[in-house]
Amino acid sequence: MPQVKFIEFNGTKHNIDANNGDSIMVTATSNLVPGIDADCGGECSCATCHVLIDAEWQAKLAATSDTEESMLDLNPDRSAESRLSCQIIMSDDLDGIVVNLPEFQY
Amino acid sequence: MSGIVIIGAGQAAGQAAASLRQGKYEGSITILGNETQPPYQRPPLSKQYLSGELGMDRVMVRPEKFYADQDIALHTGTRVESVDRSAKTVTTSSGDSYEYDKLLIATGSRPRILTIPGSDLSGIHYLRTIDDVDSIREAMQTAKKICIVGGGYIGLEVAAVAVTSGLQVTVLEMEDRILQRVTTPEMSEYYHELHAGRGVNIRVNTGVSGFQGEDHVSTVLCGDEKMDADLVIVGIGIIPNIELAEAAGLDCNNGITVDDHCRTSDPHIYAAGDCTNHPNPIMGRRLRLESVPNAMEQARVSASNMLGADKVYASIPWFWSDQYDLKLQMVGFSADGDTSVQRGDKATNQFAVFYLKDGKVVSVDAVNSPREFMVCKQLYGKAVDPAALSDTNVELKTLLN
Repeated sequence: MPQVKFIEFNGTKHNIDANNGDSIMVTATSNLVPGIDADCGGECSCATCHVLIDAEWQAKLAATSDTEESMLDLNPDRSAESRLSCQIIMSDDLDGIVVNLPEFQY
Repeated sequence: MSGIVIIGAGQAAGQAAASLRQGKYEGSITILGNETQPPYQRPPLSKQYLSGELGMDRVMVRPEKFYADQDIALHTGTRVESVDRSAKTVTTSSGDSYEYDKLLIATGSRPRILTIPGSDLSGIHYLRTIDDVDSIREAMQTAKKICIVGGGYIGLEVAAVAVTSGLQVTVLEMEDRILQRVTTPEMSEYYHELHAGRGVNIRVNTGVSGFQGEDHVSTVLCGDEKMDADLVIVGIGIIPNIELAEAAGLDCNNGITVDDHCRTSDPHIYAAGDCTNHPNPIMGRRLRLESVPNAMEQARVSASNMLGADKVYASIPWFWSDQYDLKLQMVGFSADGDTSVQRGDKATNQFAVFYLKDGKVVSVDAVNSPREFMVCKQLYGKAVDPAALSDTNVELKTLLN
Protein backbone atom coordinates (compact mmCIF):
# COMPACT_ATOMS: atom_id res chain seq x y z
CA MET A 1 0.00 0.00 0.00
CA PRO A 2 1.47 3.35 -1.01
CA GLN A 3 1.66 5.92 1.74
CA VAL A 4 0.51 9.55 1.55
CA LYS A 5 2.15 12.00 3.92
CA PHE A 6 -0.38 14.75 4.57
CA ILE A 7 0.90 17.82 6.37
CA GLU A 8 -1.59 20.33 7.74
CA PHE A 9 -0.69 24.03 7.49
CA ASN A 10 0.09 23.99 11.21
CA GLY A 11 2.59 21.17 10.74
CA THR A 12 0.41 18.28 11.97
CA LYS A 13 1.32 15.16 10.04
CA HIS A 14 -0.94 12.32 8.94
CA ASN A 15 0.80 9.34 7.34
CA ILE A 16 -1.94 7.35 5.65
CA ASP A 17 -1.79 4.06 3.78
CA ALA A 18 -3.74 4.54 0.58
CA ASN A 19 -5.46 2.01 -1.63
CA ASN A 20 -4.11 1.85 -5.13
CA GLY A 21 -6.73 3.42 -7.39
CA ASP A 22 -8.10 5.77 -4.73
CA SER A 23 -7.62 9.47 -5.25
CA ILE A 24 -5.65 11.47 -2.71
CA MET A 25 -8.94 13.22 -1.90
CA VAL A 26 -10.66 9.93 -1.04
CA THR A 27 -7.60 8.87 0.94
CA ALA A 28 -7.93 12.05 3.00
CA THR A 29 -11.68 12.02 3.58
CA SER A 30 -11.70 8.31 4.41
CA ASN A 31 -9.15 8.90 7.13
CA LEU A 32 -10.40 12.11 8.72
CA VAL A 33 -7.57 14.22 7.36
CA PRO A 34 -8.93 17.74 7.82
CA GLY A 35 -8.94 20.56 5.28
CA ILE A 36 -10.30 18.66 2.30
CA ASP A 37 -14.03 19.19 1.87
CA ALA A 38 -14.55 17.62 -1.55
CA ASP A 39 -18.17 18.71 -1.81
CA CYS A 40 -18.61 17.43 -5.35
CA GLY A 41 -17.29 13.98 -4.51
CA GLY A 42 -14.39 14.01 -6.96
CA GLU A 43 -16.04 15.44 -10.07
CA CYS A 44 -13.54 18.27 -10.40
CA SER A 45 -16.48 20.62 -9.91
CA CYS A 46 -15.87 22.42 -6.64
CA ALA A 47 -12.14 22.95 -6.05
CA THR A 48 -12.51 22.29 -2.32
CA CYS A 49 -9.82 19.61 -2.30
CA HIS A 50 -6.95 21.95 -3.15
CA VAL A 51 -3.53 20.68 -2.03
CA LEU A 52 0.08 21.70 -2.50
CA ILE A 53 2.61 19.25 -3.93
CA ASP A 54 6.25 20.16 -4.50
CA ALA A 55 7.93 20.09 -7.90
CA GLU A 56 9.74 16.82 -7.28
CA TRP A 57 6.52 14.89 -6.64
CA GLN A 58 4.61 16.86 -9.27
CA ALA A 59 7.05 15.48 -11.83
CA LYS A 60 5.68 12.00 -11.14
CA LEU A 61 2.06 13.06 -11.64
CA ALA A 62 -0.01 13.32 -14.78
CA ALA A 63 -0.29 16.93 -15.91
CA THR A 64 -3.36 18.92 -14.90
CA SER A 65 -6.31 18.50 -17.25
CA ASP A 66 -7.97 21.53 -18.79
CA THR A 67 -10.80 21.27 -16.29
CA GLU A 68 -8.49 21.03 -13.29
CA GLU A 69 -6.44 23.92 -14.63
CA SER A 70 -9.59 26.02 -15.08
CA MET A 71 -10.81 25.26 -11.58
CA LEU A 72 -7.46 26.26 -10.07
CA ASP A 73 -6.65 29.16 -12.34
CA LEU A 74 -8.72 31.89 -10.75
CA ASN A 75 -7.99 31.02 -7.16
CA PRO A 76 -6.03 33.98 -5.80
CA ASP A 77 -4.14 31.56 -3.53
CA ARG A 78 -3.08 29.30 -6.36
CA SER A 79 0.64 28.52 -6.51
CA ALA A 80 2.88 26.43 -8.73
CA GLU A 81 2.37 23.58 -6.25
CA SER A 82 -1.43 23.67 -6.46
CA ARG A 83 -3.34 20.56 -7.47
CA LEU A 84 -6.85 19.22 -6.89
CA SER A 85 -6.42 16.07 -4.87
CA CYS A 86 -9.48 14.39 -6.43
CA GLN A 87 -7.56 14.25 -9.70
CA ILE A 88 -4.50 12.40 -8.36
CA ILE A 89 -4.90 8.65 -8.29
CA MET A 90 -2.65 6.69 -5.96
CA SER A 91 -0.33 3.97 -7.19
CA ASP A 92 2.83 2.34 -5.91
CA ASP A 93 4.86 4.90 -7.87
CA LEU A 94 3.53 7.59 -5.57
CA ASP A 95 4.49 5.81 -2.35
CA GLY A 96 5.61 8.48 0.12
CA ILE A 97 4.09 11.46 -1.69
CA VAL A 98 4.04 14.58 0.47
CA VAL A 99 0.77 16.51 0.32
CA ASN A 100 0.57 19.87 2.02
CA LEU A 101 -2.84 21.21 3.03
CA PRO A 102 -3.27 24.93 2.43
CA GLU A 103 -4.36 27.24 5.23
CA PHE A 104 -6.92 29.04 3.05
CA GLN A 105 -9.04 25.92 2.82
CA TYR A 106 -9.65 25.63 6.57
CA MET B 1 -25.53 5.96 27.02
CA SER B 2 -26.41 9.25 25.41
CA GLY B 3 -24.43 11.20 22.89
CA ILE B 4 -25.14 12.52 19.45
CA VAL B 5 -27.79 10.82 17.37
CA ILE B 6 -28.20 11.51 13.65
CA ILE B 7 -31.45 10.64 11.91
CA GLY B 8 -30.81 9.85 8.26
CA ALA B 9 -27.75 8.29 6.64
CA GLY B 10 -27.30 10.44 3.57
CA GLN B 11 -24.45 12.77 2.72
CA ALA B 12 -25.24 15.29 5.46
CA ALA B 13 -25.32 12.52 8.07
CA GLY B 14 -22.03 11.02 6.96
CA GLN B 15 -20.32 14.40 6.83
CA ALA B 16 -21.67 15.43 10.23
CA ALA B 17 -20.36 12.24 11.84
CA ALA B 18 -16.95 12.72 10.22
CA SER B 19 -16.85 16.38 11.24
CA LEU B 20 -17.74 15.50 14.83
CA ARG B 21 -14.79 13.11 15.03
CA GLN B 22 -12.58 15.62 13.25
CA GLY B 23 -13.68 18.12 15.88
CA LYS B 24 -12.30 15.75 18.56
CA TYR B 25 -15.71 14.74 19.85
CA GLU B 26 -15.19 11.54 21.82
CA GLY B 27 -18.76 10.74 22.84
CA SER B 28 -21.00 8.29 21.10
CA ILE B 29 -22.29 8.94 17.58
CA THR B 30 -25.24 6.95 16.27
CA ILE B 31 -26.50 7.18 12.69
CA LEU B 32 -29.97 5.79 12.03
CA GLY B 33 -30.79 5.46 8.34
CA ASN B 34 -33.64 3.67 6.61
CA GLU B 35 -31.64 2.78 3.49
CA THR B 36 -29.51 -0.34 3.54
CA GLN B 37 -26.25 1.33 2.44
CA PRO B 38 -23.80 3.52 4.34
CA PRO B 39 -23.86 7.20 3.29
CA TYR B 40 -23.28 7.52 -0.44
CA GLN B 41 -23.22 10.24 -3.05
CA ARG B 42 -26.54 10.89 -4.72
CA PRO B 43 -25.46 13.15 -7.62
CA PRO B 44 -23.81 10.34 -9.65
CA LEU B 45 -26.95 8.18 -9.39
CA SER B 46 -28.66 9.86 -12.35
CA LYS B 47 -25.35 10.23 -14.19
CA GLN B 48 -22.25 8.00 -14.01
CA TYR B 49 -23.79 5.37 -11.75
CA LEU B 50 -26.79 4.98 -14.03
CA SER B 51 -24.54 4.69 -17.08
CA GLY B 52 -22.36 2.12 -15.32
CA GLU B 53 -19.29 4.34 -15.51
CA LEU B 54 -19.01 4.42 -11.71
CA GLY B 55 -19.53 1.38 -9.53
CA MET B 56 -20.91 1.21 -6.01
CA ASP B 57 -17.46 1.52 -4.42
CA ARG B 58 -16.89 4.87 -6.15
CA VAL B 59 -20.27 6.19 -5.11
CA MET B 60 -19.73 5.52 -1.40
CA VAL B 61 -18.72 8.67 0.46
CA ARG B 62 -16.34 6.70 2.66
CA PRO B 63 -15.61 2.99 2.90
CA GLU B 64 -17.93 1.12 5.25
CA LYS B 65 -15.08 0.30 7.64
CA PHE B 66 -14.57 4.03 8.23
CA TYR B 67 -17.59 4.06 10.55
CA ALA B 68 -16.37 1.17 12.67
CA ASP B 69 -12.83 2.56 12.72
CA GLN B 70 -14.13 5.89 14.00
CA ASP B 71 -16.46 4.27 16.53
CA ILE B 72 -19.54 5.60 14.74
CA ALA B 73 -22.52 3.31 15.25
CA LEU B 74 -24.09 3.10 11.79
CA HIS B 75 -27.51 1.47 11.83
CA THR B 76 -28.74 1.07 8.28
CA GLY B 77 -32.16 -0.33 7.43
CA THR B 78 -33.46 1.45 10.51
CA ARG B 79 -36.49 3.70 10.37
CA VAL B 80 -37.01 6.22 13.13
CA GLU B 81 -40.64 6.41 14.21
CA SER B 82 -40.61 9.24 16.68
CA VAL B 83 -38.63 11.80 18.63
CA ASP B 84 -39.49 12.44 22.26
CA ARG B 85 -38.05 15.85 23.01
CA SER B 86 -38.79 15.84 26.73
CA ALA B 87 -37.13 12.45 27.28
CA LYS B 88 -34.53 13.28 24.60
CA THR B 89 -34.93 9.93 22.92
CA VAL B 90 -35.66 8.67 19.44
CA THR B 91 -37.50 5.40 18.85
CA THR B 92 -37.18 3.18 15.81
CA SER B 93 -39.84 1.09 14.11
CA SER B 94 -38.38 -2.03 15.72
CA GLY B 95 -38.89 -0.45 19.14
CA ASP B 96 -35.27 0.40 19.92
CA SER B 97 -34.76 3.63 21.75
CA TYR B 98 -31.71 5.93 21.65
CA GLU B 99 -31.00 8.75 24.08
CA TYR B 100 -29.39 11.92 22.83
CA ASP B 101 -27.72 14.99 24.21
CA LYS B 102 -27.84 16.52 20.77
CA LEU B 103 -29.84 15.34 17.79
CA LEU B 104 -29.22 16.04 14.12
CA ILE B 105 -32.13 15.58 11.74
CA ALA B 106 -30.78 14.88 8.25
CA THR B 107 -33.77 13.13 6.76
CA GLY B 108 -33.38 14.59 3.28
CA SER B 109 -36.20 14.49 0.82
CA ARG B 110 -38.18 12.02 -1.24
CA PRO B 111 -39.55 12.06 -4.76
CA ARG B 112 -42.97 13.51 -5.35
CA ILE B 113 -45.19 10.59 -6.31
CA LEU B 114 -47.68 10.56 -9.17
CA THR B 115 -51.12 9.38 -8.15
CA ILE B 116 -53.02 8.95 -11.38
CA PRO B 117 -54.75 5.93 -12.91
CA GLY B 118 -52.24 3.14 -13.50
CA SER B 119 -49.43 4.80 -11.55
CA ASP B 120 -48.95 1.64 -9.47
CA LEU B 121 -48.11 -0.53 -12.49
CA SER B 122 -44.68 -2.11 -12.54
CA GLY B 123 -42.14 -0.48 -14.81
CA ILE B 124 -42.81 2.96 -13.34
CA HIS B 125 -39.77 4.16 -11.41
CA TYR B 126 -38.62 7.08 -9.29
CA LEU B 127 -35.01 8.03 -8.81
CA ARG B 128 -33.66 8.92 -5.41
CA THR B 129 -31.78 5.96 -3.96
CA ILE B 130 -29.14 3.52 -5.10
CA ASP B 131 -31.79 0.77 -4.96
CA ASP B 132 -33.99 2.85 -7.29
CA VAL B 133 -31.17 3.14 -9.80
CA ASP B 134 -30.23 -0.53 -9.56
CA SER B 135 -33.75 -1.41 -10.65
CA ILE B 136 -33.76 1.23 -13.38
CA ARG B 137 -30.46 -0.08 -14.70
CA GLU B 138 -31.82 -3.59 -14.78
CA ALA B 139 -34.98 -2.44 -16.56
CA MET B 140 -32.92 -0.51 -19.12
CA GLN B 141 -31.24 -3.75 -20.18
CA THR B 142 -34.42 -4.92 -21.87
CA ALA B 143 -36.43 -1.73 -22.33
CA LYS B 144 -36.79 -0.18 -25.76
CA LYS B 145 -38.99 2.85 -25.22
CA ILE B 146 -38.45 4.93 -22.12
CA CYS B 147 -40.79 7.72 -21.15
CA ILE B 148 -39.50 10.29 -18.70
CA VAL B 149 -42.12 12.28 -16.85
CA GLY B 150 -40.72 15.68 -15.91
CA GLY B 151 -38.14 17.78 -17.72
CA GLY B 152 -36.06 18.77 -14.71
CA TYR B 153 -32.38 17.98 -14.13
CA ILE B 154 -33.02 14.41 -12.99
CA GLY B 155 -35.21 13.66 -16.00
CA LEU B 156 -32.79 15.21 -18.46
CA GLU B 157 -29.76 13.48 -16.96
CA VAL B 158 -31.57 10.16 -17.28
CA ALA B 159 -32.60 11.05 -20.83
CA ALA B 160 -28.96 11.68 -21.73
CA VAL B 161 -27.83 8.32 -20.35
CA ALA B 162 -30.77 6.44 -21.89
CA VAL B 163 -30.51 7.88 -25.40
CA THR B 164 -26.74 7.36 -25.36
CA SER B 165 -27.31 3.69 -24.54
CA GLY B 166 -29.62 3.32 -27.54
CA LEU B 167 -33.09 3.61 -26.04
CA GLN B 168 -35.89 5.53 -27.67
CA VAL B 169 -36.48 8.41 -25.24
CA THR B 170 -39.46 10.70 -24.75
CA VAL B 171 -39.52 13.45 -22.12
CA LEU B 172 -42.92 14.81 -21.11
CA GLU B 173 -43.00 18.24 -19.53
CA MET B 174 -46.17 19.83 -18.21
CA GLU B 175 -44.91 23.42 -18.44
CA ASP B 176 -44.23 25.23 -21.69
CA ARG B 177 -40.48 24.57 -21.41
CA ILE B 178 -38.11 22.08 -19.77
CA LEU B 179 -36.21 23.22 -16.65
CA GLN B 180 -38.95 25.82 -16.19
CA ARG B 181 -38.65 25.83 -12.40
CA VAL B 182 -34.88 26.24 -12.30
CA THR B 183 -33.62 28.21 -15.25
CA THR B 184 -34.27 30.94 -17.80
CA PRO B 185 -36.15 30.49 -21.08
CA GLU B 186 -32.84 30.98 -22.86
CA MET B 187 -31.12 28.06 -21.06
CA SER B 188 -34.26 25.93 -21.41
CA GLU B 189 -34.12 26.45 -25.15
CA TYR B 190 -30.43 25.57 -25.27
CA TYR B 191 -30.98 22.30 -23.41
CA HIS B 192 -34.10 21.52 -25.41
CA GLU B 193 -32.14 21.79 -28.65
CA LEU B 194 -29.23 19.84 -27.21
CA HIS B 195 -31.44 16.86 -26.31
CA ALA B 196 -33.48 17.07 -29.50
CA GLY B 197 -30.24 17.01 -31.46
CA ARG B 198 -29.26 13.77 -29.73
CA GLY B 199 -32.56 12.19 -30.59
CA VAL B 200 -34.62 12.78 -27.46
CA ASN B 201 -38.26 13.52 -28.18
CA ILE B 202 -39.26 16.36 -25.85
CA ARG B 203 -42.92 17.20 -25.49
CA VAL B 204 -43.74 20.37 -23.58
CA ASN B 205 -47.20 21.44 -22.42
CA THR B 206 -47.87 17.75 -21.99
CA GLY B 207 -49.28 16.42 -18.75
CA VAL B 208 -49.60 12.70 -18.05
CA SER B 209 -53.12 11.61 -17.24
CA GLY B 210 -52.57 7.88 -16.70
CA PHE B 211 -50.77 4.66 -17.53
CA GLN B 212 -52.06 1.41 -19.00
CA GLY B 213 -50.72 -2.12 -19.19
CA GLU B 214 -51.15 -5.66 -17.95
CA ASP B 215 -49.23 -5.52 -14.65
CA HIS B 216 -46.39 -3.82 -16.48
CA VAL B 217 -46.74 -0.38 -18.05
CA SER B 218 -47.07 -0.39 -21.83
CA THR B 219 -48.87 2.87 -22.58
CA VAL B 220 -48.64 6.41 -21.28
CA LEU B 221 -51.79 8.48 -21.56
CA CYS B 222 -51.64 12.22 -22.14
CA GLY B 223 -55.29 13.18 -22.36
CA ASP B 224 -56.57 11.62 -25.56
CA GLU B 225 -53.12 10.75 -26.80
CA LYS B 226 -51.50 7.36 -26.22
CA MET B 227 -47.79 6.70 -26.24
CA ASP B 228 -45.96 3.36 -26.14
CA ALA B 229 -43.45 2.93 -23.33
CA ASP B 230 -42.03 -0.11 -21.56
CA LEU B 231 -40.17 1.90 -18.93
CA VAL B 232 -41.25 5.10 -17.18
CA ILE B 233 -39.10 7.30 -14.95
CA VAL B 234 -40.91 9.96 -12.99
CA GLY B 235 -38.88 13.01 -11.94
CA ILE B 236 -41.36 15.67 -10.91
CA GLY B 237 -39.63 17.14 -7.87
CA ILE B 238 -38.96 16.24 -4.28
CA ILE B 239 -40.64 16.75 -0.95
CA PRO B 240 -38.60 17.47 2.19
CA ASN B 241 -38.90 14.80 4.87
CA ILE B 242 -40.21 16.89 7.73
CA GLU B 243 -42.81 14.55 9.22
CA LEU B 244 -40.67 13.39 12.17
CA ALA B 245 -39.74 16.95 13.04
CA GLU B 246 -43.31 18.12 12.67
CA ALA B 247 -44.66 15.32 14.85
CA ALA B 248 -42.07 16.25 17.48
CA GLY B 249 -43.47 19.78 17.49
CA LEU B 250 -40.51 21.49 15.83
CA ASP B 251 -41.23 24.56 13.73
CA CYS B 252 -41.55 23.66 10.07
CA ASN B 253 -42.46 25.75 7.07
CA ASN B 254 -41.57 24.27 3.69
CA GLY B 255 -38.78 22.37 5.42
CA ILE B 256 -37.61 22.14 9.00
CA THR B 257 -37.08 25.70 10.16
CA VAL B 258 -33.52 26.28 11.32
CA ASP B 259 -31.58 29.41 12.22
CA ASP B 260 -28.26 30.47 10.73
CA HIS B 261 -26.52 28.03 13.11
CA CYS B 262 -28.59 25.09 11.76
CA ARG B 263 -30.51 24.94 15.05
CA THR B 264 -34.17 24.02 15.02
CA SER B 265 -36.70 25.54 17.39
CA ASP B 266 -35.37 23.07 20.02
CA PRO B 267 -31.84 24.07 21.15
CA HIS B 268 -30.81 20.40 21.43
CA ILE B 269 -31.85 19.59 17.88
CA TYR B 270 -30.11 20.61 14.68
CA ALA B 271 -31.06 19.89 11.08
CA ALA B 272 -29.04 19.79 7.88
CA GLY B 273 -29.54 19.21 4.17
CA ASP B 274 -32.52 19.02 1.84
CA CYS B 275 -34.99 18.86 4.74
CA THR B 276 -34.14 22.32 6.09
CA ASN B 277 -35.54 25.75 5.49
CA HIS B 278 -32.69 28.03 6.43
CA PRO B 279 -31.76 31.70 6.31
CA ASN B 280 -29.10 32.74 3.82
CA PRO B 281 -27.47 35.90 5.19
CA ILE B 282 -25.72 36.64 1.90
CA MET B 283 -28.99 36.61 -0.04
CA GLY B 284 -31.09 38.05 2.76
CA ARG B 285 -33.83 35.46 2.50
CA ARG B 286 -34.75 31.93 3.54
CA LEU B 287 -34.04 28.99 1.25
CA ARG B 288 -34.86 25.32 0.96
CA LEU B 289 -32.29 23.73 -1.30
CA GLU B 290 -31.96 20.42 -3.08
CA SER B 291 -28.21 20.43 -3.10
CA VAL B 292 -25.23 18.41 -1.98
CA PRO B 293 -22.91 21.36 -1.18
CA ASN B 294 -25.69 22.70 1.04
CA ALA B 295 -26.05 19.34 2.81
CA MET B 296 -22.29 19.03 3.34
CA GLU B 297 -21.76 22.55 4.65
CA GLN B 298 -24.81 22.52 6.91
CA ALA B 299 -23.52 19.23 8.28
CA ARG B 300 -20.14 20.80 9.07
CA VAL B 301 -21.76 23.84 10.65
CA SER B 302 -24.14 21.69 12.71
CA ALA B 303 -21.29 19.50 13.92
CA SER B 304 -19.18 22.50 14.96
CA ASN B 305 -22.07 24.14 16.76
CA MET B 306 -23.08 20.92 18.51
CA LEU B 307 -19.54 20.92 19.89
CA GLY B 308 -19.93 24.46 21.20
CA ALA B 309 -18.71 26.61 18.32
CA ASP B 310 -20.54 29.70 17.11
CA LYS B 311 -20.52 29.06 13.40
CA VAL B 312 -22.88 30.73 10.94
CA TYR B 313 -23.96 28.98 7.76
CA ALA B 314 -23.49 31.50 4.98
CA SER B 315 -22.71 30.04 1.57
CA ILE B 316 -23.68 31.02 -1.92
CA PRO B 317 -25.66 28.09 -3.33
CA TRP B 318 -24.15 26.25 -6.28
CA PHE B 319 -25.23 23.29 -8.35
CA TRP B 320 -24.09 21.15 -11.22
CA SER B 321 -25.61 18.88 -13.82
CA ASP B 322 -23.88 16.52 -16.27
CA GLN B 323 -25.64 15.75 -19.54
CA TYR B 324 -23.75 14.04 -22.38
CA ASP B 325 -20.30 15.60 -22.45
CA LEU B 326 -21.59 18.88 -21.05
CA LYS B 327 -20.96 19.97 -17.51
CA LEU B 328 -23.30 22.70 -16.36
CA GLN B 329 -22.16 24.51 -13.22
CA MET B 330 -24.40 27.08 -11.63
CA VAL B 331 -23.94 29.69 -8.94
CA GLY B 332 -26.92 31.37 -7.27
CA PHE B 333 -30.30 31.68 -8.92
CA SER B 334 -30.70 33.08 -12.41
CA ALA B 335 -34.19 34.28 -11.50
CA ASP B 336 -32.57 36.81 -9.15
CA GLY B 337 -31.09 38.71 -12.09
CA ASP B 338 -32.62 41.53 -14.10
CA THR B 339 -30.06 41.38 -16.92
CA SER B 340 -28.17 38.55 -18.56
CA VAL B 341 -24.71 38.72 -20.08
CA GLN B 342 -23.43 35.93 -22.28
CA ARG B 343 -19.77 35.07 -22.54
CA GLY B 344 -18.73 32.67 -25.28
CA ASP B 345 -20.66 31.13 -28.15
CA LYS B 346 -23.49 28.68 -27.51
CA ALA B 347 -22.72 26.92 -30.78
CA THR B 348 -19.42 25.73 -29.29
CA ASN B 349 -21.17 24.24 -26.24
CA GLN B 350 -18.75 26.23 -24.14
CA PHE B 351 -20.29 29.42 -22.82
CA ALA B 352 -21.61 31.07 -19.72
CA VAL B 353 -24.59 33.27 -19.03
CA PHE B 354 -24.09 35.63 -16.12
CA TYR B 355 -27.06 37.23 -14.41
CA LEU B 356 -26.83 40.69 -12.92
CA LYS B 357 -29.16 42.55 -10.62
CA ASP B 358 -28.74 46.31 -10.41
CA GLY B 359 -25.41 45.81 -12.15
CA LYS B 360 -24.14 43.25 -9.61
CA VAL B 361 -23.41 39.61 -10.37
CA VAL B 362 -25.94 37.27 -8.75
CA SER B 363 -25.74 34.07 -10.78
CA VAL B 364 -24.14 32.14 -13.62
CA ASP B 365 -25.02 29.17 -15.78
CA ALA B 366 -21.66 27.94 -17.02
CA VAL B 367 -21.59 25.21 -19.68
CA ASN B 368 -18.18 23.53 -19.98
CA SER B 369 -16.80 26.76 -18.53
CA PRO B 370 -15.31 26.06 -15.10
CA ARG B 371 -13.39 29.36 -15.12
CA GLU B 372 -16.60 31.34 -15.46
CA PHE B 373 -18.15 29.27 -12.69
CA MET B 374 -15.22 29.91 -10.37
CA VAL B 375 -15.12 33.61 -11.20
CA CYS B 376 -18.83 33.95 -10.42
CA LYS B 377 -18.28 32.59 -6.93
CA GLN B 378 -15.80 35.41 -6.40
CA LEU B 379 -17.76 38.12 -8.20
CA TYR B 380 -21.04 37.36 -6.44
CA GLY B 381 -22.63 40.59 -5.24
CA LYS B 382 -20.04 42.75 -6.96
CA ALA B 383 -20.58 45.21 -9.78
CA VAL B 384 -18.93 44.40 -13.11
CA ASP B 385 -18.76 46.01 -16.51
CA PRO B 386 -21.12 43.90 -18.65
CA ALA B 387 -19.17 44.70 -21.81
CA ALA B 388 -15.95 43.34 -20.31
CA LEU B 389 -17.75 40.31 -18.92
CA SER B 390 -19.15 39.39 -22.32
CA ASP B 391 -15.84 39.90 -24.15
CA THR B 392 -13.88 36.66 -24.27
CA ASN B 393 -10.78 38.67 -25.12
CA VAL B 394 -10.94 40.21 -21.66
CA GLU B 395 -9.29 37.84 -19.21
CA LEU B 396 -11.56 36.93 -16.34
CA LYS B 397 -8.73 37.59 -13.90
CA THR B 398 -8.83 41.29 -14.68
CA LEU B 399 -12.47 41.41 -13.59
CA LEU B 400 -11.53 40.28 -10.11
CA ASN B 401 -9.39 43.33 -9.39
